[in-house]
Amino acid sequence: MSGAVKDIETIVREHPFFEGLLEPFGKLVSGCARNAHFQPGEYLFHEGGAADQFYLIRDGCVALEIKAPGRGAITFQTLRADEVVGLSWLIPPYRWTYDARAVEFTRAIAMDGACLRGKCEADHDLGYEVMKRFMPILVGRLQATRMQLLDVYGDDA
Amino acid sequence: MVPRVGRVRRRRRESPSVWTLEIEADGPAAAPGQFNMLTAFGIGEAAISLSGDPAVPGRLIHTIRAVGPVSRALTRLGAGEALGLRGPYGAGWPLAEAAGRDVVIVAGGLGLAPLRPALYRLLAERERYGRVLLLYGARSPADILFRRELESWRKRLDVGIEVTVDHAGSDWRGHVGVATALIGRAGFDPARTIAMICGPEIMMRFSIAALRDAGVTSQTIFLSMERNMKCAIGLCGHCQLGPVFVCREGPVFRHDRVAGLMTPKEL
Repeated sequence: MSGAVKDIETIVREHPFFEGLLEPFGKLVSGCARNAHFQPGEYLFHEGGAADQFYLIRDGCVALEIKAPGRGAITFQTLRADEVVGLSWLIPPYRWTYDARAVEFTRAIAMDGACLRGKCEADHDLGYEVMKRFMPILVGRLQATRMQLLDVYGDDA
Repeated sequence: MVPRVGRVRRRRRESPSVWTLEIEADGPAAAPGQFNMLTAFGIGEAAISLSGDPAVPGRLIHTIRAVGPVSRALTRLGAGEALGLRGPYGAGWPLAEAAGRDVVIVAGGLGLAPLRPALYRLLAERERYGRVLLLYGARSPADILFRRELESWRKRLDVGIEVTVDHAGSDWRGHVGVATALIGRAGFDPARTIAMICGPEIMMRFSIAALRDAGVTSQTIFLSMERNMKCAIGLCGHCQLGPVFVCREGPVFRHDRVAGLMTPKEL
């Protein structure tokens, strides 16, 4: 055996989402983190469920899906290593609006949303730091959704 | 201006609305990125990019989406049937300028067709270039063009092929999301990259923004513009875009040349 087992704080701080996080914040955030892994086909969460966590993917692939009558599950986004799964933990009523399914074996850091929300509420500097990291993701996904809605590759495009 | 006559040798369906015609015809050699004016006799003429390997003589490959009367008529032509053609016209992809650089090709939908000749040439002279990456976005897995070819290229170790679709069923194991999302994680050296983009104009604008964010300069981004080409020789003005005649000075432009012409509504 070679290489020491990394503690959760190291793993959290090494994830690009939390890159450059100040040490005190790193400790606070890591207190809400645990390791998670998912087999291919396993669901991280389902539409309508309580959005009490979000996931930082370490490796693997997760498909975000919506089930449509007569069409089955439609994948509208895949997320891979270094990306974040789940934004609904940030916004009341904290419910998932889609399913998330592991396409391949996926290792992730599971973050307890209620725990992190509580710490952000108690320490607004941490809250601002977390929001600064989530906002570009939110805006990027909004822009991507806009492009998908425009259906630019359609026959009339 | 008088078209010469070619004959369809073969027709292949690429996706529900897109067909590739292999045409037997004489004529001057084309450069990657150029287009021909194709005539469906009795119906009309349309500008269609060449999508085959320009190094293969006597055979022209055009990939056509059936959207209007002319393109629908062209895609219905069977083996042995005649069509008219003029060309090749326009400015092509800057392959000479790309020598020694990383080449990032960003294609959206049917935009892969005009880029395919460039890919053939890049791969044929692979040692002349740095990293070669194709980032391709399509509407759904059923709409992916040249699928077998993409799969065979993906097996090569000297080219990176990433395909994404806007939506898919649960049996799809590739990327789902917009093509621009592939740019950020593609892994290229922006200082030595030349980018070639073709696709719907909105997709190209977002791709250019992502490339600029990644550090690629406007002077090393090239894109193929599509406008209503009629004469193809810069006389009629139908394809005029501000001061530019797309048919003659394009369709491939360096980004800094047309950056200001891509957003005004009246253009």
